[in-house]
Amino acid sequence: MQPVRSGALALLTVGVLVIGACMAEPGSRSPNATAPAGSPAVGGSVTVYSGRSEELVGPLLERFEEATGTSVEVRYGDTAELAALILDEGANSPADVYFAQDAGALGALSEVGLLAELPQELLDRVSGPFRSPAGEWVGVSGRARVLAYDSRELSEDDLPQSVDELTDPAWRGRIGWAPTNGSFQAFVTAYRQLRGEDAARTWLEGMLANEPRVYEGNTPIVQAVADTEIDLGLVNHYYALRARAEQGDEFPVLNHFLSGDDPGALVNVAGAAVLASSTQASAAHELIAYLLNEESQAYFAEETFEYPLVDGVDAPAGAPPLEQLQVPDLDLSDLADLEGTLRLLQEVGALP
Amino acid sequence: MALSQPAARPLAARRRPGLPPARLLVPALVVAALAALPIAYLLLRALQVDPGSLDLVLRPRTAQILLASLGLGLAVGIGSVLLGLPLAWLTARTDLPARRLWTVLTVVPLAVPSYVMAFALVAALGPRGALSELLRSAGLPGLPSIYGFYGAVLVLTLATYPYVLLSVRGALLRSDPAIEEAGRALGDSPLTVFRRLTLPLLLPATAAGALLAVLYALADFGAVAILQFDSFARAIYIQYRSSFDRSLAAILALMLVGTTFFVAWLESRVRRRLANVPQPVRRPAQLVRLGRWRWPSLAFCTAVVTLALIVPAGTIMFWLVRGLAQGEPLRILGEAAGNSLLAGSLAAGVVALMVLPVAFLSVRHPGFLSGWIERVLYGAYAVPGIVLALATVVFVLNVAPLLYQSLLVLVLAYAVRFLPQALGPARASLVQVGPRLIEAARTLGQTEAGAFRTVTLPLLRPGLVAGMALVFLTTVKELPITLLVGPTGFGTLATAIWGAATEGFYARAAAPAAMLMLLSAATVALLFRHEEPVR
Repeated sequence: MQPVRSGALALLTVGVLVIGACMAEPGSRSPNATAPAGSPAVGGSVTVYSGRSEELVGPLLERFEEATGTSVEVRYGDTAELAALILDEGANSPADVYFAQDAGALGALSEVGLLAELPQELLDRVSGPFRSPAGEWVGVSGRARVLAYDSRELSEDDLPQSVDELTDPAWRGRIGWAPTNGSFQAFVTAYRQLRGEDAARTWLEGMLANEPRVYEGNTPIVQAVADTEIDLGLVNHYYALRARAEQGDEFPVLNHFLSGDDPGALVNVAGAAVLASSTQASAAHELIAYLLNEESQAYFAEETFEYPLVDGVDAPAGAPPLEQLQVPDLDLSDLADLEGTLRLLQEVGALP
Repeated sequence: MALSQPAARPLAARRRPGLPPARLLVPALVVAALAALPIAYLLLRALQVDPGSLDLVLRPRTAQILLASLGLGLAVGIGSVLLGLPLAWLTARTDLPARRLWTVLTVVPLAVPSYVMAFALVAALGPRGALSELLRSAGLPGLPSIYGFYGAVLVLTLATYPYVLLSVRGALLRSDPAIEEAGRALGDSPLTVFRRLTLPLLLPATAAGALLAVLYALADFGAVAILQFDSFARAIYIQYRSSFDRSLAAILALMLVGTTFFVAWLESRVRRRLANVPQPVRRPAQLVRLGRWRWPSLAFCTAVVTLALIVPAGTIMFWLVRGLAQGEPLRILGEAAGNSLLAGSLAAGVVALMVLPVAFLSVRHPGFLSGWIERVLYGAYAVPGIVLALATVVFVLNVAPLLYQSLLVLVLAYAVRFLPQALGPARASLVQVGPRLIEAARTLGQTEAGAFRTVTLPLLRPGLVAGMALVFLTTVKELPITLLVGPTGFGTLATAIWGAATEGFYARAAAPAAMLMLLSAATVALLFRHEEPVR
């Protein structure tokens, strides 16, 4: 009895391995890393490393495949982790396009020369602040920083006009933030660029004195506002909009937009770039052009609740038009100086 | 080299002079070399550090976080024993009502990704959670805060006690009930028998399971982040995610590897000091009658399963139903489920093959070499996933670029990472097979291979199965390696959950999460179908 069982176990193991190997063949249709480029595949093929989740951009990339016949292979992951992957892959990277959640990661790759310059007509589709001055990446959708607040407790009039007012003791224990979150760190970087290192340090220390609740990301902050754990949180604008769409209009969290030269009025972008090592540059450009056409831009407004960056496409429902937002004067590529931000956050004790 | 065989060998294998045979040593060293890759990668990166930035990692705060993490690991280790050991005994050796069902229910939490569990428990036990509201409406004070150290201990204990449970369960199923029966025959109460006879026999398996729990707690990133606890692994991830500077992260990760070596060394000390009594007889044990302890036992099982399984599953169902009510389509992710099943089975199969030489070496030829091979393996288990992923990338691109981003490499990376989960159970099983037993088989005319097939393997089977189950269940919820190393476009249920949950689409995360739990439950049920002691 026993030998039979162990024999069955061994057989099962081998069987699983064999089946796996067989299944792996048709499954591994991804273009091989070292396969000679320019193989005359019909419609071509482009590999995307996407720091934007499949939920957000998957349908769009599928539409592109259908519309152009170009096949798209996508590796989804965390924006910064994929940047680390591309840094380690170097010139061997199988990726053609890097689709990042924030401008800082694009700036970091641009700095070490891993990105190729984009054609001018692609860059021109998006207005000044939302593309790389060096022409190496272009913004695809906009992400505005907001204060998400509890609409049962507060009204617009109760809310500050600047993030600087949040250091007021009146807000003690009522604020949520996410120091580990990329969008938050980009905002702190913006603060450093706009107001200088010392002012940023003073602001962070003032915030810490107000004992903000620390959360892992934007979503838990918005949820915590809804659960009345906190009164307001520093987040991106679309989380409250999405929660509303998923949970209904009674969802009690609203966005408060700051304006003027306040760092809290930062509009960061999710953007795309073509890798210098790519052998599929024209297909890659075609893909980015597709992301910037009116239909795709409308998709971002309607499905991900982000701001379209191309003129003539409406802002997401429930958010003011992009033109109305007064965005601080800032080169988004400078958001790549995350190391300085990280150091500052660690020195003041906001990060472990 | 002393080739003369001593006439009577001690029971468990003691140190023998000379090198182990090459057919054991070579495969074990190959496995260890694979596991050493991430550590080599870290050393390489650490050497590139800009000395000017060193003050960012070499500061008192780093030591503080490391100590806090060690405290967390220790607390989780103890907690996992307090839950896992009694549960294993209750479900394997007693007349607990609906024992089979409890067996499956108490193991399935292993398949709940720890960040889903953390989310669910915050939703249920958090400051505004369902239970707090209930207590408050009854005029009682709310619960203590779930955020911070105690919350992290609670969630990670619930996520890791199955390691102890499975490890101990394997040991219980293979131990010879005669010893305990003798104790009972001499008039000891069941409790005394458990304390004085069963427990000491179970200690090696318990220590092996607890080690996995401790290392899991050290390496966890998702749950501690949600519970707002600053752990060391979290500090490493923050370095990776926000600075694009991989050398500072590497220095922190090396500190974690050092800590792992220390913890693994401690466990090996414990293991060596304990009695490893071979009990080759596998006959079903007489079930212990719980009597009046029946209801408290049931309450205990219910409490654990409620927190570890029902609350997370309930949260997932709530997300699902709320999403459907808002018009979200119900999506069945067939391809993702297939990929999860494929990756998990392959990893479990490869681990089963890889763990044998290591376990044999460890049990039959304990010493300096086998000690370090094990420690390196535990090191690969406790480095954050992103480290192992990037190390794999660099290695494969330089050595076998044709295999880059292939399923084979992904499975090997899984296998290297999760091999320690199978090592403990395999080793514990192997201890039961004393060399004299093999010699008896040889005397009876079996070839060496024949003795292995007819004697060793059947006795090894429960441990091997338990190890494969652990590897399968953890592979299907693995994230960073899947994302960075897998074939481009290879989506699993875990990546689907992550993709939706990170963007706050809970309703869309619910379907893959439910499927992951169902898949895992089915696997556990299948694996244990033949495992029940009859009687």
